[in-house]
Amino acid sequence: MLEIENLTHIYGGGGPSAHHAIDQLNLSVAEGELLCIVGPSGCGKSTLLRSIAGLITPTGGRIKVDGELVRQTPDNLAVVFQDYSRSLFPWMSVADNVALPLRRKNMDKKRRREAAAEALESVGLSGAGRKYPFQLSGGMQQRVAIARALAYRPTLMLMDEPFGSVDAQTREDLEDLVLKVRGHHKMTIVLITHDIDESVYVGDRVVVLSKAPAHVVADLQVDLPSPRDQINTREHPDFVHLRAEVGRLVRGQPVAH
Amino acid sequence: MNAPVLTRSPLARPRSSRWARRVTGALAFAALVEIAGRAGLAEFLPPASEILQRAAALLFDEGFRAHAGTSVLAWAIGLAVAALVAVPLGVLFGSVPVIDAATRAIVEFLRPIPSVALIPLVALLIGTGLQLRVTLVIYAAVWPILYNTMYGLRGVDPVARESLRSYGFGRLSVLWWVSLPSAAPFIMTGFRLATGVALILTVSTEIVAGRGEGIGVFIYFAGIAVPARMDDILAGVVWVGLFGVVVNALLVAAERRLFRWHHTRVGGGS
Repeated sequence: MLEIENLTHIYGGGGPSAHHAIDQLNLSVAEGELLCIVGPSGCGKSTLLRSIAGLITPTGGRIKVDGELVRQTPDNLAVVFQDYSRSLFPWMSVADNVALPLRRKNMDKKRRREAAAEALESVGLSGAGRKYPFQLSGGMQQRVAIARALAYRPTLMLMDEPFGSVDAQTREDLEDLVLKVRGHHKMTIVLITHDIDESVYVGDRVVVLSKAPAHVVADLQVDLPSPRDQINTREHPDFVHLRAEVGRLVRGQPVAH
Repeated sequence: MNAPVLTRSPLARPRSSRWARRVTGALAFAALVEIAGRAGLAEFLPPASEILQRAAALLFDEGFRAHAGTSVLAWAIGLAVAALVAVPLGVLFGSVPVIDAATRAIVEFLRPIPSVALIPLVALLIGTGLQLRVTLVIYAAVWPILYNTMYGLRGVDPVARESLRSYGFGRLSVLWWVSLPSAAPFIMTGFRLATGVALILTVSTEIVAGRGEGIGVFIYFAGIAVPARMDDILAGVVWVGLFGVVVNALLVAAERRLFRWHHTRVGGGS
């Protein structure tokens, strides 16, 4: 589904102020997988995501989505950004926000509206369509951003620290929302986070990146029973073990066995 | 189904108290002028009641109405043309850095020239008719619109633009769906500032030209009459000021209504 080969990105073109964000990163994600990428702050996670989305052109390496080399934004890809207050359009109603990307899909107005209503319902916001983003709480705004991605029916959904700006309770609700919607929509999800617990709780697989320039330090399979549950999963011995292991890897400490 | 929640902008104070304060201020000022006029503090200054009476009387004066109509026409044409020129230019400069850099020197040279200083030059070139006023109004009104449009476009949130780009929207689509709506409140503010500048230019051009029709011409003739008609001068000024205040108030109201999302955000959220 997603293949990344020797991805390298240097900002600022080799001058003295150049920043080497990613170095020779290799990664592949299977169809339908939910991959979490964790790494220390400023390690180039967002650069990686923006490269996959075709928003920036990496200085080296190749990215393929569905076997196609990424040159521009791939079709059937949706991104959920961390900052919902900036990624939603405040001048549009919630329903219009969700429906706007569907203009790319040759859908008439009626079908766009139906798809938006359906997506809003699937994130628990049916009835909020006529409101404006500023009239909703932060958690609800991020639900709208997720609904916008879902309505687009992407085969690959990228999430850039999607729950980084909401409180803990809302965060757990949104984590469960992602787990729920991936069951309904067949899609591959790549979720970037700096929250170690979150990566283990949500992911089928956790990839740990090094400090910048980022490369893959570890690639761990998460074999926790499903469906996951905020209380039971988090006290599961495998969860506790795995979060410790990921934590050490992120901090660059040797892994104890 | 929830009804949409109507949150009041944090900028909005209770309307009645705001108006009460404004009216009180205006009345106090009028009272001062009245006292100064009656006390003969300045022999040229008629009391406020006399000025306002004259202003009201002018409303029924066909000659004055013709003067006013000509001024408003020049003002409106000039503003409309300025907006048609400045908004596209501002969008271009604000979204294409190369063009912005290439034109910056000339823009920075022209901008500080007071438009009023151009009146004699332009009058020599094109005469003193309606075209003179319209030309100068366009010139003066272009700047605030151009600058605010550029400022608005440069300030478009890159995350908002990337959000749409990530769904495969091209440059022009992003401009249409994100950059323009996001810059719209700034463009509107620029236009509102331009209405005031345009009014100043209309009247001052008329005064300098000193012929034809227009409120400025009316004021000019009242000034050179022997003896000078101070009540006419000030009554004319009252009408110009009133016009400016009303236009500004209407546009502020329109901004609040159209760009509630913007004011809520700038005002620190709901």
